[in-house]
This record gives sequence, structure tokens and C-alpha cells, in this order.
Amino acid sequence: MPGKDVVKLEDVWVQYNGVPILEAINLPIEQDDFLGIIGPNGGGKTTLLKVILGLVTPTQGKVSILGKPPEKSRSKIGYVPQHNLFDREFPISVWEAVLMGRFGKAGLFRRYSSEDKKATQNALQTVGMLDYKSRQLGKLSGGELQRVFIARALVSEPKLLLLDEPTASVDPAMQTEFYEILERLKQQMAIVLVSHDISAISIYVDKIACLNRQLHYHGSKELTPEILEATYKCPVQMIAHGFVPHRVLKEHA
Amino acid sequence: MLDALQYEFMRNALIAGALAAIACGIIGTYVVVKKMVSVSGAISHSSFGGIGLGYFVGISPVLGALFFTIASALGMGLVIKRTRLPEDTAIGILWAMGMAIGIIFIGLTPGYAPDLFSYLFGNILAVPFSDIILMLILDAVIVAIVAALYKEFLAVSFDEEFGTVTGVPVEALYLLMLCMVALTVVVLIRVVGIILVIALLTIPAALARQFTNDLKKMMLLSIVFGVVLTFAGLWLSYELDLASGATIILLSGTVLLVKLALSRLRGRAKIKETASPEAE
Repeated sequence: MPGKDVVKLEDVWVQYNGVPILEAINLPIEQDDFLGIIGPNGGGKTTLLKVILGLVTPTQGKVSILGKPPEKSRSKIGYVPQHNLFDREFPISVWEAVLMGRFGKAGLFRRYSSEDKKATQNALQTVGMLDYKSRQLGKLSGGELQRVFIARALVSEPKLLLLDEPTASVDPAMQTEFYEILERLKQQMAIVLVSHDISAISIYVDKIACLNRQLHYHGSKELTPEILEATYKCPVQMIAHGFVPHRVLKEHA
Repeated sequence: MLDALQYEFMRNALIAGALAAIACGIIGTYVVVKKMVSVSGAISHSSFGGIGLGYFVGISPVLGALFFTIASALGMGLVIKRTRLPEDTAIGILWAMGMAIGIIFIGLTPGYAPDLFSYLFGNILAVPFSDIILMLILDAVIVAIVAALYKEFLAVSFDEEFGTVTGVPVEALYLLMLCMVALTVVVLIRVVGIILVIALLTIPAALARQFTNDLKKMMLLSIVFGVVLTFAGLWLSYELDLASGATIILLSGTVLLVKLALSRLRGRAKIKETASPEAE
């Protein structure tokens, strides 16, 4: 069934200054997938998302997003970056930040339309942040901020939602709420969630891939002995440094 | 000061100060929130190359600075975005290169360069009418472009990467922003001089930031502060017989520092109040 894949990476390699970041990545993502990608820090998770977004051009291999090159499909992708990277002093309200997600629909030189504003209202409602719309963005807590950035990604009505370490600065109580939002969203779009926080991710996602330069993905989250064997080859450091992967095993095998 | 207004040079000085405040209020706000202070410093210093070019070719140095500064802003933007040179390294190099070009041109110009000092340190009391017209035109261009591209500039300022993802032409807009800084620098040269431009680009905006979290209000407030500080600085320099540009800058900087100190004291008092509610 060609054309059903939202994302199709074929033999994708990324090198930076001759150092391989991603090696021979093959990854199909279907339209109703909720995929978690786990792996150690520096394993290439963010780079993989940037390849899908077309922000990083692979050294070799083929990337196809909704049947087109990534630059042409960007308007169909919602992106939630690692949010600790933004400037909390920037004078911008929650409303303005989310409205910005409509840029692709509004276009150059045009003001945001009433349709854009309605979409912003809906997106803020979806994440339960409408009451905060006039707040200054930098004054929100980690969990609130995360929800606003999801709204900013949702406002363009994407077919694919990419989240980079979304729970990094969200306290545990908020995390449950956060995953419940994603649970609702997965009916409408494919979701890819990248994290090094295995325990949280494994409860909610439908499929798990493991990335440490190479990707081990078997289209499920059932980690059978054969899959495990293949997976164990990759996150060598992770396994060597702790028992966290075993917890995944105990809960879901 | 009112009796001073009978002189044309004083009226011109006030008009020039107001025009400068408009440009630096709007563009200075972007310089501050997008953290473009060092690249703006480099653009303003490189304008010296244009002053030199103006002397050498025999046109108005300010006009020379206009073309040269826009060209060097574009060059700087491209070096920053397209080469692997770290941004601050590129800034340091281009900063000095622009000034070096100016020195070479002035050396090549026969005779001596009149008013050279006033381009470096500003002389708001000697702004000719022709320069006021130029400042007016540049202000109009700046206001028109920012009005047309407000949403675009906001997107680029806040988050370049997310902007790229949503289809904002980030590089083109960044280059345009640097050109706007170049225009502002040219507007400001006559008022405070090349070396002090960066202060007027940052102080009114930084002061405005203390009072609002809204970008548009920040621009408006910053214009108001710019006008007040320029006029007050001008008056002080007139009364005390000091260099006008430097007085404006020192007054502005002092006001900002006092404001920051007051905010800090008030913050402390609040903490104390909440810590010991029964103290009274």
C-alpha cells in the first residue's frame, strides 16, 4: 500500500565533519502510528527529527514525507522542539507564540486571518491553555510551556507531529496529563516522540524504536527475545550503564 | 533652553533627535530582543568605511555611509549564515575591516577630512538640513517595512528554527533586519556618532523592556524614552557645555542603571514583606 506512509526513510546516512551521526536508517511511519524513539543522549534522536523536517540534509539516502521531499511537506508537520532552548525573556504572549504556527497558512506580507485566530483558539483549547492566552510565555511553568508548544505545532493542522524530549522539564504529575493529550491527538495524526526517558515513553506509545546511530525498529513495542537480541546490539552504552531497559521488559514482555 | 530654540541649529538638533529616537526605538527593540547587539556594533563601526568612501569619492559622507553600511550588513549576514566561522569571530573581523577601509580611504583623500570627528562622536548641533531630510526618508522606510513585515520579523526574532519549519524565509528576513540596522545606524551617525551608536540602539529599548512584555508597546515606549533622553541629554550638554552625543549616552545609561537598581530594591522589599508578614 504505497502512499500510506507518512514518513519513509530509506538508507539514510548523516555525517558531520566525517563523524557518522546516523547510519543506514530505514524507517516507515504510517498515518496512525504513535512511535516512541528511545536512545542515549547523542544517539542522533534530534538529528533524525531534523532530517524528517528537512532541516538537516542527509549525506546519502532518500527521505520522503507524505510522498514529497521534506521541504515541501513541512506545512503538514507539527514540530515541538526541546523547549529549554528558547529565550524566556523574549516579550511574547502565549497567543502570539501559538498564532505563529499559522505562518505557513497566512503567507508573507499578510496579516493573520480570522481563520488563523480561530485555529489558535482551538489549539489552545485542546491543550487546556486558553485561559493563559495573554500571559507572557516566559512566565509559564515547564508543563504549561510544553502544552503551549504543542498548541503551536497543532495550529497548522498537521498530519505528523514530532516531539523532541517533551517531558524533559515537566514534573511527573503533569506528565500523565501531557500523555493524555497525545492519546487524544493520535486519532488525527501520526505522532513521533523522541526521549531518553524510557519508562515514561513505554507506557503510552504504540511502537518503540531504538536509536544509537543505527535504528532498531520492528514495528511494535513487544520486545520478544529475537527483537531484543537485535535491539541489544544497538544501545550498548545504555544497557551497560543501568537497568532501565530491563524495566521496559518487565512491564511489557 | 527655550531661548536656545530661536537658533536654527537648535531646532534642527531637536528634530534630528526625534527622528533618531523613532529609528532606534523600533529597530533597537529588535536588536535587544533578538540579541543582535554585537552584530549591530559591527555594522555601525563598519559604516566608517562608508564615511571614508564618501570623502574619497567626493560625495556626502553620510550618503557614502548609507550604501556602504547596507552592503557590509548584507556581507556580514551572509558570512554569519553561510560560512562555518563562529558568529562572534565573524563579527570581530568584519567590525575591524570596515573601519580599516575607512582609514585607507581617508588616507587616500587629498587634503584633510573636515568634520571627521563629528562622524565618529556625533554632533547633533551641526546637523545640516539635507541630513534631516535623509533621516526623515530613512525613518519612513523603516516604519513602512516594519509595518508590512511585523509578523515576519516577530517569527524570525523569536525562533528561527521553528520559523523555517513553518515556511518563514528566515535567511532573507535576517538579512533584511541587518539592513534595517544599517539604515538606523545612518540615521544615528549625526546624532551620537559611529562609536556611540550602539548605545542608542540598545538603551531606550532595554529601558522599555523593563515596563512591558509586549513587543509593539516596547517599540512605542522605546521611542518615547529615546525622545526624552535625547532632549534631556541635549539640554544638559547645552547647560554644562559638554559634548552632546556623549552626554546623551551617559544620561541614558545612568537612567537605565538607576531603573534596574530600583527594580532590584523593590524586588527585595517584596521578598522581605512576604517572608515576615507580622513584622509591622
